[in-house]
Amino acid sequence: MTDTSARRTHPMWFLGPAFAILFVFFFLPTLFNFIYAFTDWSSFKSEIRPVGLDNFTDLLSDGTLFAALRITVVYAVLVALFQNLFGFGLAVLLERDTWLNRVARLFFLIPVLMSALAVGYVFQALLKPNGSLNGLLGGLLGHPVSIAWLGDTTWTLVVVSVIHAWKWMGLSMLIYLAGLKTVPEDITEAARMDGASPWQAFWSIRFPLLAPAVTFNVATALLGSMNGFDIVQATTGGGPARSTEILNIFIYRTFGQGLFAQATTMSLVLFLLVGLLAFPVIRTLRKREEIL
Amino acid sequence: MTIPAYGVRVRPPRASGLAARLRPFAVVALVVTVMGVPLWLIVSTAAKSQAEALSPDLSLPSRWLLWENLAQVWTQGDIPAAFLGSVLIVVPAVALVLTFGSMAAWILARRAGRLTAVLYALAISGIVLPPAVVTIVLLLRQLGLAGTLTGMIGVYVGIYLSTVVFFVTGFVRTVPLSIEEAARMDGAGPVRVFVSVILPMLRPVLATATILICLYVWNDVFYAFFVIGGRMDTLPLNLFQVANAGLYLNNWHLIFAYIILMSLPLLVVFAVAQRKIISGITGGAVK
Repeated sequence: MTDTSARRTHPMWFLGPAFAILFVFFFLPTLFNFIYAFTDWSSFKSEIRPVGLDNFTDLLSDGTLFAALRITVVYAVLVALFQNLFGFGLAVLLERDTWLNRVARLFFLIPVLMSALAVGYVFQALLKPNGSLNGLLGGLLGHPVSIAWLGDTTWTLVVVSVIHAWKWMGLSMLIYLAGLKTVPEDITEAARMDGASPWQAFWSIRFPLLAPAVTFNVATALLGSMNGFDIVQATTGGGPARSTEILNIFIYRTFGQGLFAQATTMSLVLFLLVGLLAFPVIRTLRKREEIL
Repeated sequence: MTIPAYGVRVRPPRASGLAARLRPFAVVALVVTVMGVPLWLIVSTAAKSQAEALSPDLSLPSRWLLWENLAQVWTQGDIPAAFLGSVLIVVPAVALVLTFGSMAAWILARRAGRLTAVLYALAISGIVLPPAVVTIVLLLRQLGLAGTLTGMIGVYVGIYLSTVVFFVTGFVRTVPLSIEEAARMDGAGPVRVFVSVILPMLRPVLATATILICLYVWNDVFYAFFVIGGRMDTLPLNLFQVANAGLYLNNWHLIFAYIILMSLPLLVVFAVAQRKIISGITGGAVK
């Protein structure tokens, strides 16, 4: 197609509305991030003055910046890990199209549809020291159990990431199921003929062909949880002792305190973190697909 | 869709003997413990009296008050207003994001060249990059849109345009150009070609995008808190404020009743159209 005919048949003005909205509501605020992170914008005074790197040095010197970064990354990695383990396990378990499996799949999709906030409140109730999980465990073990699932400065982050994975594992399951169905039947049959055990046939033939599904699931889980908020807010609110305070919780909290510049600074940090991580992650996963 | 829907092909990985026979029991046990326990906790607590629900457990309510609790939340929890707010935001946001997104995707898929490549990269950057929530508030204030419906819709459209452009561009590339050319021979201009040739072909991919974006926007509380918090209500925002306010402290039965009411619309839609939704969600993911 020549350039002039393209101009006639696919006019650029079709891009207008989309780019106008993207510019105003997405690019411009992002650009503002790079400006207001270097000011003293707050709810306490009407003037906004540039302060250079003060916000960054403040957040660096009291350790908040690295703590929030570390927690966010650990949380994202744990969520990606659990969500994919659970989703993959479910897909393999429920692969055959029996009526029981279909019903089970529907059940695992309910949390995907529920609001993350609601899921958080449910687990907050379930995991109370005198809550149902401890009750069930106590019944099983024969003595009372009172584990503070959401009150531990080390392990609560892991618990919350499991909850996040619980909410989204149904989606990963669907995508792995779709991936499993794309593997042609005759390939596995052929391997079986050549004397491969079902186990071998699965891991050396079907699993590698799931690479696109893995890419999609790992990338969405990782990036989605880095931008997470609802589940952590509803279960722990960032506690205990801010040990689960991921970046968006920090942004929410400081924004509520009127410290807009600090919140903007963390928002910029999140932007840079995701921007820096996203492209290597996606590239590595894609490359792995090509090798396979 | 590239992925066959469920039940198109039954492929039994014939596991041997005992494991195969135990599998259904494992499935039932897993569903009961992993899904049944939390879901039962919601229903049973939502059906209890305040005293009984003070510390939520899995016991049966001594008297089923589910209907009464739902009614109480409905009237005292401002559900009708919040529901209206949610609908007034979700419907226009989804309609606009699909329209503008497909228009842009059509051009980005069909035109070649460096400029198009750059524009495409910019358009889909929002899939991975997080929106700048704090400065959006400032910008909306400067535009006079702070706390308004228009502002909220604009923010959602801005956030999810990337997803739509990404999905639709990929799909348009699989549509043969000759179909467009046939229409053009008959004298159709670009608008006609887009509306009567391209849009109808995009139905499956637009269905996928609709489902995903409805899911995100209907359940969002984070962006809503920053943009319209305190000014307008949506269902999740209302739940958040109510549960936070201490008004519902020790009122787990009402929180869980609220959760049931809030989840119901999506669950009903899902129950009606589950087959389509499942093949729609998976269709876009695995090429």
